[in-house]
Amino acid sequence: MERGNLDRWSIRFMSIIAFLTSLIAIIIAVVLIWKSFPLLQISTIQEIVLGSIWQPLAGGFGFFPFIMGTIWVTLLAMGIAIPLGLFSAIFLAEYSPSHIRESIKPLIDLLAGIPSVLFGLWGILVIVPWVRDTIAPMWGVSTTGYCVLTGGIVLSIMVLPLIISLSDELFRTVPLDIRKASLALGATKWQTVKYVLFRKTYPGLLAAIILGFSRAFGETMAVLMVVGNVAKVPTSVFDPAYPLTALIANNYGEMLSIPLFDSAIMMAALILFIIVVIFNILSKMLLIRIQKAV
Amino acid sequence: MDPLKDDPYFDIRNFSLSLHKSKILKNISVKIPKNQITVIIGPSGCGKSTLLNSMNRLIDLSENLETSGSILLKGYDIFDPTVDITELRRKVGSISQTPNPLPMSIFDNVAYGLKIHGIRDKAITMSTVESCLNKVGLWEEVKIRLDAPASTLSIGQQQRLCIARALAIEPEALLCDEATSALDPISAHQIESELLLLKNNYTIVFVTHILRQAKRLADYVVFIYLGEIVESGPADTFFTEPKDPRTKAYIEGTFG
Amino acid sequence: MTIKSLEEYFFKILMVVSIIIVLGGILSVIFTVVMKGVSALSLAMLIESPHGGYYLGGGGGILNAILGSLYLAGGAIILSITLSLPVAMYLHQSTMKSRYAEYIRTSLDIACGIPTIIYGAVVFTIMVLIGARSSLFWGMITVAIFILPIMIRSMDEIMSQTPKKIKIAAFALGSTRTEMLIVLVKQSFPGIVTAILLAFGRGIGDAASILFTAGYSDSLPTSLFEPVATLPLAILFQISSPYPIVQQRAYASGLILLVIVLTASIASRVLSKRFMKYVVK
Repeated sequence: MERGNLDRWSIRFMSIIAFLTSLIAIIIAVVLIWKSFPLLQISTIQEIVLGSIWQPLAGGFGFFPFIMGTIWVTLLAMGIAIPLGLFSAIFLAEYSPSHIRESIKPLIDLLAGIPSVLFGLWGILVIVPWVRDTIAPMWGVSTTGYCVLTGGIVLSIMVLPLIISLSDELFRTVPLDIRKASLALGATKWQTVKYVLFRKTYPGLLAAIILGFSRAFGETMAVLMVVGNVAKVPTSVFDPAYPLTALIANNYGEMLSIPLFDSAIMMAALILFIIVVIFNILSKMLLIRIQKAV
Repeated sequence: MDPLKDDPYFDIRNFSLSLHKSKILKNISVKIPKNQITVIIGPSGCGKSTLLNSMNRLIDLSENLETSGSILLKGYDIFDPTVDITELRRKVGSISQTPNPLPMSIFDNVAYGLKIHGIRDKAITMSTVESCLNKVGLWEEVKIRLDAPASTLSIGQQQRLCIARALAIEPEALLCDEATSALDPISAHQIESELLLLKNNYTIVFVTHILRQAKRLADYVVFIYLGEIVESGPADTFFTEPKDPRTKAYIEGTFG
Repeated sequence: MTIKSLEEYFFKILMVVSIIIVLGGILSVIFTVVMKGVSALSLAMLIESPHGGYYLGGGGGILNAILGSLYLAGGAIILSITLSLPVAMYLHQSTMKSRYAEYIRTSLDIACGIPTIIYGAVVFTIMVLIGARSSLFWGMITVAIFILPIMIRSMDEIMSQTPKKIKIAAFALGSTRTEMLIVLVKQSFPGIVTAILLAFGRGIGDAASILFTAGYSDSLPTSLFEPVATLPLAILFQISSPYPIVQQRAYASGLILLVIVLTASIASRVLSKRFMKYVVK
């Protein structure tokens, strides 16, 4: 029975490793909560999340500017990426001839693989001057170019491949027959898209968008390089911002020098973690709902 | 001629099976003779394949399985918890309806069974592969490209490969689940001829819904309808003097 | 012209404009890095370490970062493969739905979505706790940990696409579960290769995870437990320099990183085709 024993032991071994990897998310949560604890003991959650005063040396740890910074940049990025992404996906799935589709898809996959720092470089070289010298003057505003708008534009192009590829896949799961039925009744392609395709795929599209938000919240390097990193609540897209990710990245190496600073930074990480996980779970729940309906 | 003059290979006693709480097999009792071709016939969806998959416990891979009764193989209950399933499946080979080559070369497909059951000697493997491919008439066709992927063979050749693969580990029985349904008539005929040659050394159980095929192959026939055995018996008397009116109706094509 | 054909025309234009903007963005990113990078690229960049005063405009190159990144990502990938393959296999060991497998998949999905900066922060916290210094080793560990869920889920998806009949064929011949899993891996091999190479691309390009866990150094990597330079951080430091000539070099470093990532991507397509020989469709 040696083969049987070998099999049992190897399956057992695999099962243990699988269990250990399943603990990764849990361990991260535990460490973040544990390190945030000291801060929670001297401040209430309300003060932390809604407080605007960020002066670590004086013990002021209000995260509101950073939370708002994250929200501004992310909303702007998704505001750009969702329409661009959906329309591009519809074009690829429904309208483009296959040779065009086949040449564009690899480019989009390529975009998905480009490291964050390179988007940051591009942002500094191309977007910052463009915003500073072209866009802002159009609105009569002067800015250094390192602002929410720049961050939003750079972030949007980073999220686009995700939205396009997920939406494109979703559209392709709709069977050909349904489209034929609509067109046979005299509908135009766009009407078919609007009334048939969207109806069938909107939960999946919603899940893809939520996933896009989650990605955008967590993006660190590119945004850090172009968004200005000033700890004030932005009042316009031409103001600089300081998203949570940038706060963590800029400071977590130095946190030990100031009391409670490390706790504050880990609290920021915890807030980010909670937001991202909630969005991820929402997206997954939507996807499960869809699969059950199928 | 009485196919049951020797001890039966399978002795199925009051065997019932449910999947997801619905009863598929109801109190099946039948003896499968040794070294004969037993054909299981019946309309589609009546439990023929389920019965077949029970005989090598491939049914274990299904969810929500409940069984009662026993299937004895040469006297031992194959559902006994102490049974070594990998050895059972070595002894009782199975051929599926659609060929299922493994993602390997032609040679490695046939050699796979030997490898997992512990035979790694190169000379033995080589000669076993050659003789099994010969038994199914594939050797001449593939001997110059044994390294080619098995998926490059035609469907008929793939099915013969699957038989060769099953034979390599020296089974005592072969379970064939509509093994020729997916093939063209010529390949189907080739496989039937091979089975007729193999029956002297192997107990063959063949499920089919094609009556003419059953008549061509069978030494012993079992008719299953709605999960129950309606009738079973030696082929010559079965087709000429069926005892049950349902059997008669099925043979004459008036139902199913 | 009817309303609906006007509508069709309007949206068609919208779509074409969208795709043009998207393509324009992609090309802009790539061309910027390539053009700016090429002009600042020199042989010295590739084969020398920074000389003293490199960041003030002095001579040298970023060989330290190139090698450092390759070692770090390479080591992380190797670590990751040895753990992710068994887990992906385990998720497929049964032909039935398993609650335990679903739990593991869900937990891994959540882990996939956690930003890499958080992985870096958590590992750094642990390092501080045990008194460890930033080094190549800790950088490898951090990247291995964040890559692990991604790799497992990719391999898992590939294996899920295997036709069930192959599993049945293996079992019918009397294979044990482990033996069947080995056959499964053979069938999934091209997809596994792709998953590994794409993970390498992600690992080598990520800065947030190694920001403080790998440290930085101007010398070539010699030891596992010394701080090591990496390309993303080299880029970051060079672009932050007030000297234009150093900023140019950031783009050259960016070009080098881009080339490495593109090579991994192309290699994944080429190699996976190579391994398709025995795969059953």
